[in-house]
Amino acid sequence: MMRFLLARLGEVLGVMLSVSFLIYLVLEHDAASVAVKVIGQYSTETQRALWLTENGYDAPFLQRYVNWLWRFVRGDWGSSVHYRELVSVLLPQYLSRTAILAGTAFALIVPLAFIFGIAAGVREGSIADRVISFIAVGTTSVPEFASAVFLSAIFVFWLGVLPGASMMTNGFEWQQLVLPVMVIVLYDFGYVARMVRASMAEVMAQPYIRTALMKGASPARIVFRHALRNALVAPITVIMLQIPWLISGVLVTEVFFAYKGFGTLLYQACLNSDVALIEACAMTSVCVIVTTQLISDLLYTTLNPRIRFGIRKGEA
Amino acid sequence: MRALGRALRRPASAIGFAMVALWVVCAIFAPWLAPYDPLKSQVPLQMPFERAPDGGVFWLGTDLLGRDILSRLIYGARTVVFWAGVAASSAYIVGITGGLCAGFYRGITDRVLSFLANVVLSFPVLVLYILIIVTLGASGLNIVLAVTFASAPAIFRIVRALSIDIASRDFVSAAITQGENAARIMLVDILPNATGPLVVDACLRLGYIAITIGTLGFLGLGLPPPTPDWGGMVNEGRGMAMVFPHLVVFPCIAISSLMLGLSLLADGLREASRAGAKA
Repeated sequence: MMRFLLARLGEVLGVMLSVSFLIYLVLEHDAASVAVKVIGQYSTETQRALWLTENGYDAPFLQRYVNWLWRFVRGDWGSSVHYRELVSVLLPQYLSRTAILAGTAFALIVPLAFIFGIAAGVREGSIADRVISFIAVGTTSVPEFASAVFLSAIFVFWLGVLPGASMMTNGFEWQQLVLPVMVIVLYDFGYVARMVRASMAEVMAQPYIRTALMKGASPARIVFRHALRNALVAPITVIMLQIPWLISGVLVTEVFFAYKGFGTLLYQACLNSDVALIEACAMTSVCVIVTTQLISDLLYTTLNPRIRFGIRKGEA
Repeated sequence: MRALGRALRRPASAIGFAMVALWVVCAIFAPWLAPYDPLKSQVPLQMPFERAPDGGVFWLGTDLLGRDILSRLIYGARTVVFWAGVAASSAYIVGITGGLCAGFYRGITDRVLSFLANVVLSFPVLVLYILIIVTLGASGLNIVLAVTFASAPAIFRIVRALSIDIASRDFVSAAITQGENAARIMLVDILPNATGPLVVDACLRLGYIAITIGTLGFLGLGLPPPTPDWGGMVNEGRGMAMVFPHLVVFPCIAISSLMLGLSLLADGLREASRAGAKA
């Protein structure tokens, strides 16, 4: 167990290093263009040359990368050209807003997905199963920007009950959170629900469930005492791996509703070639994903006794 | 093919197939089906069903520049079907080649390729797309490149897992003992046995790639205007969506129906291949 974790941790560090190298390579391999992006198109040749020397861009590429990485690890992330602010000040503000949005969505996705998934998976092929599966496929098929359009058309244009933009300029307003959260929940809950359903259906087909049934255990007891614990192992790990999708979805949703969160920040940074900000945002999103992958591995090992006690598949 | 036939007997998958077929037909026969030239400016911001100057009807209205929305949707099908097809094929070629090599040779090849796949997979997909498109510029070929880069690792993982399993079967050992060369074993002995799960995956992935192309268009990073592109249409009409919802609602219905069709089809194929395995 300990060895497994250490190996995973080493691998994760390797991945992070490679990612940081790739990001730096793509964004800063050409020092001259970095100078143009940072001090502007209308700067003179001498100004750019001066800026490059001042900021250590005369060094060879690898040395620059190592210096950048060292500064980055210590928390010196440079400053954003567009927002005229330190990235380390900017990023936490925007991240916390996204945390509110994504957290609310996640808190709704998980219970919804489990309730519907279990209801569908208990009896494979039943009417409830078919209806829920169809809804899950349907909602997952509508891309975020499209469901944002549909929901806005209904609630903003037609009924006029919710605001169409979520800029939160006058402090926190929950009404502005409703539509973005709905969009994210609609897109993501179906996938998790289908996972739960598949896992539940598989467990319900196991011989030990039939044994319980023949012993005369009540359906509720079979589902909650016997089936659920085994059926939840796979979905719980899958939920963590949903987070990369959640981040992508949040990005589109934030841009649509002009919600000032991490997604909008990254999008704006990319459009404005705001190098330092792109680097910090990209690294943050990769960190989040790698962490969720680690947590998912950890959960899987703790929930699955075969792995916990080091028993391999064939031996059990 | 047999699996497709079995799948089509279920109503849900038949509906899915019909939806996909509808858009493919639109894509192929766009010049004959579209009532107007998708780039021609006529009367701006007409509502659906309004009369056109030449006596025809703008069934879905016109956009800000007076272009017929129905014609743009039909030509937009061409854009999305073509580029999604090219991008998916390219991603599959890369992913399958890598997966077969990793699964067949194992050892260092497998380790290096798997590590590379892990590196790419640790990006949120959309962030990866945006980074690539912003760095390289928005064009059809760059979209293909970005999709290949982002989807190949996931395909690689599926193919790798399948070929590790298949490579341990006796007929592969027999082929190795006979002295067949590696490429032949991978393509003739291993790949055909892995097609079932890959076809299901391809259906879904094609849909996600279509969504991606739409999303990039929505973010203003898709195919450059005036190419008729569903996501781009949403992006252009967004500013006026509160007054003229028809500008954005119809392209959204188009992309959702294509994705729904592909998902239903994928579901049907999966069920059919499971039923086929049981029988």
